[in-house]
Amino acid sequence: MSLIEQVEKQFETFQILSEDGKVVNESAMPELSDEELQELMTRMVYTRIWDQRAISLNRQGRLGFYAPVAGQEASMLGSQYALDKEDWILPGYRDIPQIVFHGLPLYQAFLYSRGHFSGGQIPEGVNVLMPQIIIGAQIIQAAGVGVGLKKKGKKNVAITYTGDGGASQGDFYEGLNFAGAYNAQTIFVVQNNRFAISVPVEKQSAAKTIAQKAVAAGIEGIQVDGMDVLAVYSAVKQARERALNGDGPTLIETLTYRYGPHTMAGDDPTRYRTEDLDSEWTKKDPLVRFRTFLEGKGLWSEEQENKVIDQAKEDIKAAIKKADGAPKQKVTDLIGFMFEELPHNLKEQLEEYKAKESK
Amino acid sequence: MAQMTMIQAITDAMRTELKNNENVVVFGEDVGQNGGVFRATEGLQSEFGEDRVFDTPLAESGIGGLAIGLGLTGFRPVMEIQFFGFVFEVMDSVVAQAARMRYRSGGVYNSPITIRSPFGGGVKTPELHADNLEGLMAQAPGIKVVIPSTPYDAKGLLISAIRDNDPVVYLEHMKLYRSFRGEVPEEEYTIEIGKADVKREGKDVSIITYGAMVHSSLKAAEELEKEGISAEVVDLRTVSPLDIDTIIASVEKTGRAIVVQEAQKQAGVGATVVAEINDRAILSLEAPVLRVAAPDTVFPFASAEDVWLPDYKDIVEKAKTVYNF
Repeated sequence: MSLIEQVEKQFETFQILSEDGKVVNESAMPELSDEELQELMTRMVYTRIWDQRAISLNRQGRLGFYAPVAGQEASMLGSQYALDKEDWILPGYRDIPQIVFHGLPLYQAFLYSRGHFSGGQIPEGVNVLMPQIIIGAQIIQAAGVGVGLKKKGKKNVAITYTGDGGASQGDFYEGLNFAGAYNAQTIFVVQNNRFAISVPVEKQSAAKTIAQKAVAAGIEGIQVDGMDVLAVYSAVKQARERALNGDGPTLIETLTYRYGPHTMAGDDPTRYRTEDLDSEWTKKDPLVRFRTFLEGKGLWSEEQENKVIDQAKEDIKAAIKKADGAPKQKVTDLIGFMFEELPHNLKEQLEEYKAKESK
Repeated sequence: MAQMTMIQAITDAMRTELKNNENVVVFGEDVGQNGGVFRATEGLQSEFGEDRVFDTPLAESGIGGLAIGLGLTGFRPVMEIQFFGFVFEVMDSVVAQAARMRYRSGGVYNSPITIRSPFGGGVKTPELHADNLEGLMAQAPGIKVVIPSTPYDAKGLLISAIRDNDPVVYLEHMKLYRSFRGEVPEEEYTIEIGKADVKREGKDVSIITYGAMVHSSLKAAEELEKEGISAEVVDLRTVSPLDIDTIIASVEKTGRAIVVQEAQKQAGVGATVVAEINDRAILSLEAPVLRVAAPDTVFPFASAEDVWLPDYKDIVEKAKTVYNF
């Protein structure tokens, strides 16, 4: 067997729930109470509704920049649920659900979409960064945050997210390598949704899995069924423990799929994906699978689900209303965010715009 | 007062701040045991330990990410880019990430990072080591760009840079590292970022410059003096933000000015200085403001530096042109 075959053999997909909601890996079942299991489902249903509403608001011209998340709920929310409140999240632009469930108010997420500065004003005590637009920049920064947490003796990790395309960036390799070299308290999640806008993952790399890229950095790597919320949760939980035990960073590849377009700014997935592929992946749907599992345990009902849906709709309505009330942005606000103390060129421009804005 | 070279003053500034603040960390390629390729961090690892002064893997972008991450977790990172020509590898971290951290978060987060790096012509390095890229940096909103010309300024400005809560690019001209010594107080002191310094008073023509060209300009001023022309030499010390008040005060006094930079002419710091003078002091001018700068080629092959870099003779000639206008 060639070296590469031997390596790739080590990266079998970690799964706990099969597509029909059966436990196929009993020994790997995470210790979660009934309430916690219900909470995971609640968050996924909530996010699916939020995604539908966001798409519709975008089409009405009421939202702005939006990258749909349906299909990736297990990957996003299972991973965030494994974190401690004090852990840091360094998100990519699609990873809004994780930072909202980590503490960013929903109306601020909407304001971020609209391109309003208060969308980035993360409340104190919420350890998340603003969504990253430059693919891969968050990966090297997460290595840095993980080094900082370790140096400060904190029992917390930094988790960062990118996609399959992000794993082609130089910063991906530098981030993994730095984190390994410094034994950083960092977890790297690659949500492999199979397409970087339109380019299929097969064209990104000769590597069969993204998880195996951990090997070259000398860190742990695991490929997870990203449509299985329990597997994702469990993988992140273990990676977190490993990091805090001083055993180093982990690369987690979640196999998932985005049902919608790349963003709502004109991407048309029918140009690069087939209906067959779409339906192959909707059969793996994370909500359907987990619902079946919970119903089998008597932990979920249509009534509960409807309650979550109603709550989500109500919250979104309230959040949009709150976002609508945000003050109109002024150039003087923006100048004020440039430096702790304004240098004289900006001071001068501040006066200029104050005069202009008071007209 | 101690006599120090510029590199000793730089080391002294880092030592001062490593002592003053336990959150200061110094890192980069070869900065640990080796003390840096120019010995800027000589002795710092053995004095402060590997936890605070350490080597990084050889990847500039990763160094930038590390600095940003450490900045977010309460540290005050002093990162070294081994030669400033390598900045292109870390451009995203410097101008697109650290420089925008405060803005993107509406004032919530900041990047209290000092980016130290050697640059500058005259020492015959291989390509992409010495390039004068300060104009590129000065164009990026959200960072300050500091270039000291003396050991005294080097120490005071570096301490200010490390204490600054926003990112500061601190460029160290390689030719000045060991070419002369100057008086440097052993105690700590700061020099305000954004403040120029009149290095020589004069009344006939202002020579506005920075970095190694300060010394060429001082030499030119001596030559001009022999011919009865009194030149004032203004050392910008910070090229972003510019000290407009000092520039304008000098131009209003002399009525004539040239701007001298080692960098290529196009879209550089000198162009901005000329524009500011036009905006604010055109009625004080007796002559157009001219520039001494390098030609708009790629930074030259090592053996062509002598003919490419501006020198004091170019400065004398331009100063005479505006004087005799």
